[in-house]
Amino acid sequence: MNAADKKRLLREMLFARRFEERCYEAYVERKIGGFLHLYPGEEACAFGVLDAARPGHDYVITGYRDHIHAIKCGADPKEVMAELFGKETGSSKGRGGSMHIFDAKHHFMGGYALVGGPFPLAVGMAKAIKLKGGDEISICFLGDAANNQGTFHESMNMAALWELPVLFVCENNLYGIGTRIDRSTAVIDQYKRVHGYNIPSAQVDGQDIEKVHEAAKIAIEHVRGGKGPYFLELMTYRYRGHSMSDSNAYRAKEEERMWGKRDPIIILRDRLIEAGEISMDDYKLMDDEVLEEIENEVIKFAEESPEPKVEELEKYVLGENDPYVRGGAR
Amino acid sequence: MAVIMYWEAIRRAHDEEMARDPLVICMGEDIGVVGGTYKATQGLYDKYGPDRVIDTPISENSYTGLGIGASFLGVRPIIEIMSVNFAWLATDQIFNSAAKVRYMSGGQLTAPVVIRSPGGTAHQLGAQHSARMEKVFMGIAGLRVVTPSSPKQAYGLLKSAVRCNDPVFIYEHELMYNMKGEVPDAEYFHPLEGSEVARAGKDLTLFGYNISVHWCMQAAEQLAKDGIDCEVIDLYTLSPLDRAGIKKSVSKTHRAVIVEEAEAAVGVGSEVMAIINEECFFELDAAPLRVSAANVPIPYNHHLEKATIPNAKRVVETVRKMFGK
Repeated sequence: MNAADKKRLLREMLFARRFEERCYEAYVERKIGGFLHLYPGEEACAFGVLDAARPGHDYVITGYRDHIHAIKCGADPKEVMAELFGKETGSSKGRGGSMHIFDAKHHFMGGYALVGGPFPLAVGMAKAIKLKGGDEISICFLGDAANNQGTFHESMNMAALWELPVLFVCENNLYGIGTRIDRSTAVIDQYKRVHGYNIPSAQVDGQDIEKVHEAAKIAIEHVRGGKGPYFLELMTYRYRGHSMSDSNAYRAKEEERMWGKRDPIIILRDRLIEAGEISMDDYKLMDDEVLEEIENEVIKFAEESPEPKVEELEKYVLGENDPYVRGGAR
Repeated sequence: MAVIMYWEAIRRAHDEEMARDPLVICMGEDIGVVGGTYKATQGLYDKYGPDRVIDTPISENSYTGLGIGASFLGVRPIIEIMSVNFAWLATDQIFNSAAKVRYMSGGQLTAPVVIRSPGGTAHQLGAQHSARMEKVFMGIAGLRVVTPSSPKQAYGLLKSAVRCNDPVFIYEHELMYNMKGEVPDAEYFHPLEGSEVARAGKDLTLFGYNISVHWCMQAAEQLAKDGIDCEVIDLYTLSPLDRAGIKKSVSKTHRAVIVEEAEAAVGVGSEVMAIINEECFFELDAAPLRVSAANVPIPYNHHLEKATIPNAKRVVETVRKMFGK
């Protein structure tokens, strides 16, 4: 990864951080409703993996902590914020919300709110890619707790059995909602759990984007090369609660302090400063620019956008004017 | 017009659609090498190969989800779930993914999958292999539910379901695969919405679907001897139910009996009664009645099993009661 890429990724991660923090504020202001799951602390996972992939070309799917994955795939942050505000201009036209961001034209195939639900969907997308003979891959981002669902095992089995081009990225943030991994899971190292399905895997530091990127390159080369699935475990931490309704009382302050020192943005920033690529002033300027863009473009767009029309409540339930509903085009 | 069996009609629809479009695939337990428990995919494995005729592991929820995920990219999977009892396990992916994805993506993604599964009570299969689940599927927004009562419908509904861009659940019946009937020689697409007048009559409407259409037809013949002229409406679409067709028939006959293989609660009968109430209450000459299964897990003992499930005789008795005979 060269210096220009690192600087670009620093800005992208900083944008993601500020975007999510602004979501928090908008939630408190009641501009955003429902459940809101934020990504601060885990940025190096999405950016490290997807920067090594072909965002917009490869098919990406994830759970409900999905804003940033969508943006990295190419979704317009204005449309993502408008979706959170429930507006007609939102990426899902205000019908989805925070947990259901979609941007099909950039091959971001959605956020899903049933833990473990995307596993088979990701394997199915890989099946379609293989059947159609494309060079895309399917990438599934999920948390460690999803691996305790039956769909994990069923999907790993089928992905391996049929050698499908799917990369599973496990963002291991050590908690399933409010339950620490060692209290819910018999095998703590998640990368070991796929050995039973003959799927190659690796575990790396999810706070260091260079390490994530390097590991992802190896994984993606394997998958795109037609060698079947790969499982990449990234050790990470979320700086906020599971969702906005989470008091976060279940985590030790010492643990939070320890992971706070391992902030993926600070790690990359300090490395760039040390190498003389940027100064602290450059960073502050970058931060100001990001904050301004979010306020003056992203939030403004979401605020000023129209609400969906109540008359269109039933639109999108089923297709419209499908000839086969009437027995085919005659 | 050839006379073929229900399973042959389903097989023919598979074959024609797979021959036409390389993105039509089929998948399920034992559907490939074995050719399907009910022979609905017989011979297709040899013809189209293992990449398109997929023998899946026994993982109903995830192989259904796999088909749904593939459909996001334009593949048209026909997913067989060997018994509707096993479809309980797949309801997560059917309800949460297939039925909702169009809506929650604001129309960006669709899940054009077909899920075929036989339900119903066969012969002494016990509580966990005799479920009638239509009531569960028909209450889910975003999912079409159809149920063929004849080989012609089995063929034409599957043809249309494969081409339709919405997810379609086809509820078949374990006892009907060997039923014979006429199927047009030319390609035929059956509508996915509506209902059919299986028998025209003027005194009372019997509403049936799938196997219960046949009980209604037998009962109508019997009742004709008593001088009661029954109309039989085949509700081959369970979602969305044909409100206009229900209204039209009841407005003509002024009486209705709904015949269902499932338990009465929250079912086809209660829904049709509600529609009659909403659409044409003042046309009624008598309160509508239901003929439904007893509210028990299906017993193994064949006397008890027989006592659980409706039949033509019970339909006749119910109609006679309505006419005070």
